Amino acid sequence: MIGVELRLLLRKRRVWLCWALLCALPTLVAILLATTRLAPPPGRGGAFLSAVVSNGQIFPAAALALVIPVFLPITVAIVAGDTIAGEASAGMLRYLLVRPVGRVRLLFAKLVSIAAFVLLAVLFVTVVSYVVGVAAFGFGPDASLGGGGSIPSLSGVELTPADVAFRTAATVGYLALCMLALGAVGLFLSTLTDSPLAAALGVLALVVASAALQPLDAAAAIEPYLPTAHWLAWIDLYRDPILWTDVREGTLVQLGYVVVGFGAAWANFGTKDVTT
Amino acid sequence: MIIATEGLTKRFGRVTAVDGVSLRVPAGVRFGLLGPNGSGKTTLVRMLLGLVHATSGSIEVLGEPMPRRASAVLPRVGALVEGPAAWGHLSGRANLRLLDAAGPGRARNRRRRVDEVLEQVGLGGVDRRPVRAYSLGMRQRLGIAAALLREPELLLLDEPTNGLDPRGIQEMRALLTSLNEGGTTVVLSSHLLPEVEALCTTVGVMDRGRLALTSEIAALQAPTGRILVRTPDPAGVVGLLDGQVVGRSGDLVTVTGTDPVSLNARLVRAGVPVSGLVEERRTLEQVVLELTGAGSDRVERRTGAGGSGTGGSGSGGPGSGGFGSGGTGPAGSGPVGPGSGGSGSGGPGPAGSGPAGSGPAGSGPAGSGPAGPGSGPPGSGGPGSGGPGPAGSSSAGPGSGGSGPAGSAPAGPGSGGPGPAGFGPPAAGGRR
Repeated sequence: MIGVELRLLLRKRRVWLCWALLCALPTLVAILLATTRLAPPPGRGGAFLSAVVSNGQIFPAAALALVIPVFLPITVAIVAGDTIAGEASAGMLRYLLVRPVGRVRLLFAKLVSIAAFVLLAVLFVTVVSYVVGVAAFGFGPDASLGGGGSIPSLSGVELTPADVAFRTAATVGYLALCMLALGAVGLFLSTLTDSPLAAALGVLALVVASAALQPLDAAAAIEPYLPTAHWLAWIDLYRDPILWTDVREGTLVQLGYVVVGFGAAWANFGTKDVTT
Repeated sequence: MIIATEGLTKRFGRVTAVDGVSLRVPAGVRFGLLGPNGSGKTTLVRMLLGLVHATSGSIEVLGEPMPRRASAVLPRVGALVEGPAAWGHLSGRANLRLLDAAGPGRARNRRRRVDEVLEQVGLGGVDRRPVRAYSLGMRQRLGIAAALLREPELLLLDEPTNGLDPRGIQEMRALLTSLNEGGTTVVLSSHLLPEVEALCTTVGVMDRGRLALTSEIAALQAPTGRILVRTPDPAGVVGLLDGQVVGRSGDLVTVTGTDPVSLNARLVRAGVPVSGLVEERRTLEQVVLELTGAGSDRVERRTGAGGSGTGGSGSGGPGSGGFGSGGTGPAGSGPVGPGSGGSGSGGPGPAGSGPAGSGPAGSGPAGSGPAGPGSGPPGSGGPGSGGPGPAGSSSAGPGSGGSGPAGSAPAGPGSGGPGPAGFGPPAAGGRR
């Protein structure tokens, strides 16, 4: 079933459109920056954007910071909301279940397909923005001195390209986990309704609500457990030495969301009457 | 038993969709599940497949309890539930391959098996077009192909001929019959009675969630003890068989008797020309209409006393059978005023099913002895009473349509009883 799910995912035009749009936004920003050379001053604008102009290799980090707050969650909401509700509204849910595909197995396959989608989304953004960044801004000041130039970390210390590659890989993994957590919630919402749109909007409502509560002092007690709370913790991965605390805490919270979301989906869908 | 349910009940909130159904389907039959819309057929099928969980009662499919043993039972069952479905952006072939891969079982020969079932349902030459570009009939064929994919021992098909043209329906009938002869038990639900009549060996009739009847179809169609004689000389027949004649309409005479052979010999001996002669039989339609109320898709306005009038049951007497052209409109279901139907008094008139019903007004009482039983509130029964008597017979004429208040017994000119409806074009008569 997992293989079938992945094949279905890769054959959906909507999925490829989501990926293309995700990659288009950073590309547009890169083009604008490259033509105007008007980078925001350090400390303002998107994270890393000020550093990008001098070294294209840091552009993947900047690109991820661009898509993470809104764009990426929207695509995750669309894909996750479609999982069960989409099959239900197309009438395929009943045929999958009588094939038979066990209900838990079906949910797990759907979760895996969400994971594949978010991982590939983050990867595509990273790879495309690296290529675009290097093409637009070069390897940085030391590029002429052989190989890739070193890259300034947020702490000012220069990083080697290998070091940056490792940090970028860690970032990709961390962000994919954050989005998977959102996707697991979407999977649960998708079992509640037969309308993919309703489930997707539910996910977005969660993101917006969480983002609204986050800056509120009165919400400080629950702030660490909000789904969006740790979405920017990966920036610490670009400090030197790496500041792990936030990332570690974020990983735990997001894993918690995955478990709770999947468990709730299971509890609801396991014995649900399928009447579509 | 391929299917055995015991006291199966399903409630959705306050609605009882299936109510204490104990259904038994023996191996090797072609079983037709009949009933009006909303009578619980689909819910029953969904419960058999483990899609919907029963409120109470037990289910065994292929000898194993459902839904507990679903993973062992379902691979041996092919199903078409409430219309076909497919991933619209993929071709039919890709759909079947993916569906096959999604479940348990060997992957070996997948391509060949998919091609085979496509060939079986007449989609062998289908191209790479996505399913969303398919016609309704093609989707239906694809749905049946999906059900056949794993050579199931039991086929559960909900409305399998939906969307198919007459040729397609015939193909499906031949396919299902040949599969059945190969040992597959076929269970299909339908409200197309002629379809079931042509295909099934056993039927179950559902009405408002209950299983009203299970029976071999042959037993239902028992002779009524009447013989229909078609002759260019009806007067001659009446003269010869005076005491036996119970009805006469045009060139058609209804005669009591159970032996058409000797009757024929007698007529021929007496020099009465006979162009047709057949035992009158009950049609499935009559049986079902007697057993069931109006479908849940019929929503009456709740006015007047007789408001809810379940027009349905009016199907009346033993009816035509014979070469009766069997009108399509269920007798009595016409959009007649409230309270009209109901009667269903089943008079002796052979009218009954036949076209009587197809005239919109030909409501229930068609064939009932003395026309409209007049049970309805004043005014209501009126137009309905058109049915009886000559209903169906081409001569019907607008006569009856009578607007007279219900209860005006003499409504139908044919005065019910003997009117041998069932022939001729649909009752032009009753039309308002």
